[in-house]
Amino acid sequence: MFSILSTIWRVFLHMFSRRVTVQYPEQKPYLAPRYRGRIILSRDAEGGERCVACYLCAVACPVDCIALQAAEDAAGRRYPEFFRINFSRCIFCGYCEDACPTYAIQLTPDFEMGEFHRQNLVYEKQDLLIDGEGKYPGYNFWKVAGVAIGGKAKGEAAREAPPTDVNSLMP
Amino acid sequence: MATVYIDGKPYAVDAHQNLLDQCLSLGFNLPYFCWHPALGSVGACRQCAVKQFKDEHDTRGKIVMACITQASDGARISIDDPEAVKFRAGVIEGLMLNHPHDCPVCDEGGECHLQDMTVMTGHDYRRYRFEKRTFRNQDLGPFVNHEMNRCIQCYRCVRFYRNYAGGRDLNALSIHQTVYFGRNQDGVLENEFSGNLVEVCPTGVFTDKTLKRHYTRKWDLMYAPSICVHCATGCNVSAGERYGTLRRIVNRFHHEVNGYFLCDRGRYGYEFVNSDKRVREARLNGNAITAEAAREHLREAVERGRAIGIGSPRASLESNFALRTLAGPGHFFSGIADRDQRLVALILDILRRGPCRVPTLHEIELCDAVVVLGEDVTNTAPRIALSVRQAVRQRSFEMAEKLKIPLWLDDGVRDAGQDQRSPLFVATIASTHLDEIASGVFRGVPDEIARFGFAVAHAIDSAAPSSGDFPAARGIADALKGAKRPLVVSGASCGSEAVIQAAANIAQACGAALYFIVPECNTLGCAMVAGGSLDAAFRLAAEGNVDTAIVLENDLYRRAPAPDVDAFIGNVPHLIVLDSLLTRTAERAELLVPAGTFAESAGTFVSGEGRAQRFFEVFPPDGVRESWRTLGMGRWSTLDEVLADLPAELPGLARARDAAPSAKFRIAGAKIAREAHRSSGRTAMLANINVSEPKTPVDPDSPLSFSMEGAEKKPPGALIPFFWSAGWNSIQATNTYQREVGGPLNGGDPGVRLIESSAKEKSYFAGVFEEFPAEGGEWLIVPIHHIFGSDELSLSAQAVAELVPAPYVAVGRESFAQNTMVRVEIAGQMFLLPVRIRSELGARVAALPAGIPPLAGLPLPQRGTIEEVK
Repeated sequence: MFSILSTIWRVFLHMFSRRVTVQYPEQKPYLAPRYRGRIILSRDAEGGERCVACYLCAVACPVDCIALQAAEDAAGRRYPEFFRINFSRCIFCGYCEDACPTYAIQLTPDFEMGEFHRQNLVYEKQDLLIDGEGKYPGYNFWKVAGVAIGGKAKGEAAREAPPTDVNSLMP
Repeated sequence: MATVYIDGKPYAVDAHQNLLDQCLSLGFNLPYFCWHPALGSVGACRQCAVKQFKDEHDTRGKIVMACITQASDGARISIDDPEAVKFRAGVIEGLMLNHPHDCPVCDEGGECHLQDMTVMTGHDYRRYRFEKRTFRNQDLGPFVNHEMNRCIQCYRCVRFYRNYAGGRDLNALSIHQTVYFGRNQDGVLENEFSGNLVEVCPTGVFTDKTLKRHYTRKWDLMYAPSICVHCATGCNVSAGERYGTLRRIVNRFHHEVNGYFLCDRGRYGYEFVNSDKRVREARLNGNAITAEAAREHLREAVERGRAIGIGSPRASLESNFALRTLAGPGHFFSGIADRDQRLVALILDILRRGPCRVPTLHEIELCDAVVVLGEDVTNTAPRIALSVRQAVRQRSFEMAEKLKIPLWLDDGVRDAGQDQRSPLFVATIASTHLDEIASGVFRGVPDEIARFGFAVAHAIDSAAPSSGDFPAARGIADALKGAKRPLVVSGASCGSEAVIQAAANIAQACGAALYFIVPECNTLGCAMVAGGSLDAAFRLAAEGNVDTAIVLENDLYRRAPAPDVDAFIGNVPHLIVLDSLLTRTAERAELLVPAGTFAESAGTFVSGEGRAQRFFEVFPPDGVRESWRTLGMGRWSTLDEVLADLPAELPGLARARDAAPSAKFRIAGAKIAREAHRSSGRTAMLANINVSEPKTPVDPDSPLSFSMEGAEKKPPGALIPFFWSAGWNSIQATNTYQREVGGPLNGGDPGVRLIESSAKEKSYFAGVFEEFPAEGGEWLIVPIHHIFGSDELSLSAQAVAELVPAPYVAVGRESFAQNTMVRVEIAGQMFLLPVRIRSELGARVAALPAGIPPLAGLPLPQRGTIEEVK
């Protein structure tokens, strides 16, 4: 009897405590920039695709929900011919972002991806690619890589000496 | 055997080997770069440092390079010694100073020996903050991509290319830290084995340019053990697929056949599988029909009666057998032209009844005197030419042994041997790439070569029939008599029975091993299925006795002159063709049924060595099926059932069953995975079509699964889809699949030899020769073979097609000027061709490139006329 009354009393007291329920969707919660939500592909400061189709995100993915195919443009720049994420399988672990050597793939603080049809959860490159640099501004893989691409010849990357003259015998 | 103490524990090792070789054989992870099991040690990279102690009381020890230290009895070494570990980490750090930040866009990434060794030594942070050295790249042709920045100067490429494969146009240029590996200028790599640089290079300097077009990482490819289809050597390959297209071929080590290396035709010819010319759906009179309708049509055609089957030397044993079963033994024809069929039958007869052993490629490398008769080996069976190149080194090995230089010490052996080579004699129609290492060459038309061969046999053993006086024959006879392991290489490519007989006579006279090169991947198997020749089928049709002809994976226009084939097709009311490519024959078919290529089917090929070897589906076929399945009409549902029916009909092929374990084979209850355990994209690669993943296809024909799920243990040799072991992602993982490094695979090398010589008695052929020059204005037109062009399937491969020469006619110096247009009339056909001068051709002898359209199908050698076009 006492137990029942004390429970009712405690419930009554809760009427005066601070509410924690967020009135979603009218009210949006704060999500940190490093929140692991919807995955995007970013671009570098020059507007070029950051993804170089190295397949590391795909291999890091524990549920194998990333598939892509590498291609190379006329200037020698690698890019994904297609890039597909099956979000109906994605567990938002963020391993793909950890594995990405070019900061191309990033997880964002957006989780509002509900769909009535599973098929709509398959995102292609045009659904993933954004126009900005995302969380990591200022990095451009091609400026530190050794391969030559259009607009950046051998020896023009960061901390690179000019190309060697193989005909020279100077020490 | 010797005992070596490694980190205090005794191990039994081979005292004739070096420490690195033995440490790897024992399963230690000792990093290395410049050493290669087939190339030996040079001690250039300093990566395999270990500590060696004088005796058990020595605590200081000294750093030695394991690859150039003999595994002597009682040696005490330490791999884990802190000083040795630090030394190795320091070497890697040094090598990485200039290594570019390329791994994400480098095609070697994920199968890079440099990555593996960097991880193995624990180097993970770059301290060096200064500028990196850079190089300009070269365009090395359609096969090999060059990215020189990545080089770590291990010298493996030039050691393979120049010393092992005999190439000349790749070398180390420049000096000190700017040593550059490349050509004098941009251009196609000349050597026929340039593709091996991709595997020999421990990092991404040389990568596969055809893979680059549809790049996929090693871990994402679906592999199956396969057999090369581009010549009769039977090299073992691993074929890799992704998204329904074949992506690349890599070497699959086989100690007795291809060892570590493939030729470029074998490595890059695979692209025909992805060609636009593929037949993907059944067609009746040009209109697409369903597979069921096609089967029904085929059934009706057979039931109508008077159907014949024309097999193919490029179709599997099972497919040929299925056709023979369907058409009936009396109505099965091999699909090989009359003359070629006689040559192959003669070869089979010599190998079965004669006293000569067919050597494996590994045995060829150990031969100390070689005669090549009538065969341009580099162009007809390139991998064998690479073995012959190693055979001529036997003399330098003998010299090194006398000087007590261990044979693995590559530089030492080369210094000791200098230019000394074992005798190699090359008797061919035109000059060959082996001439440069030959001690003697002979040029002539096939009958002159045969005559010369008979003379050599007679000079060795006077019981052999003579054929005329050739002064050079005596020297060759002496060299062969003096050799411990002589070898004769000949074959069917110059279209002469007399040449084959001459080769048999020489081999019998001196007790040599005897290797015959046959034209295609299953020529011997097809001949062993026993059917009439193509000409017999043509005659039958001409008599009006054929209602339906079923042509199995065979372009008849490559077997016989076009007018003959046209006449045959005209005589056959119903032509049914099963093929993977839309050939000229397939274009004329009433019913065309798609056939799986080697990558989409399972079956068995019999190589020139007589070795039956199994190949498996690389990826689940999409609509196309194995020809044996189509032709079986439901008789067989698995490959094992076909193989079970084979012995009763063809006892000679009974042992082909044992070429690989049956589909029931399991390792601890599990199948063998075709994919790497970290293969990616399973739930996304088909999600654009349907978000629900399809069921994994089942392979009833092999113990391999179409997934990443499979046994943890390493499979037996015939079933190895790809080489990988923990810590060894590159092709160097091969080491961990061998009994000892460079030796046979664990569980034995795959395949069974169907032909073993039985006789002890010599029985010489009496030569019959045709006289030449011919009367009147006739020319003798002989074939010249091209590594890129003479093989049918690789003609449809994109990269190989770039290097196929345009049709030409070669003549000697005196008749026509270079590039003159001439009219060549041969076998009832006329061709307008430019002239190429090959000065070694005699008067009134001309040569046509064999197999290059539109010249394919001409029965060469043949008489014809050549006139200048005014």
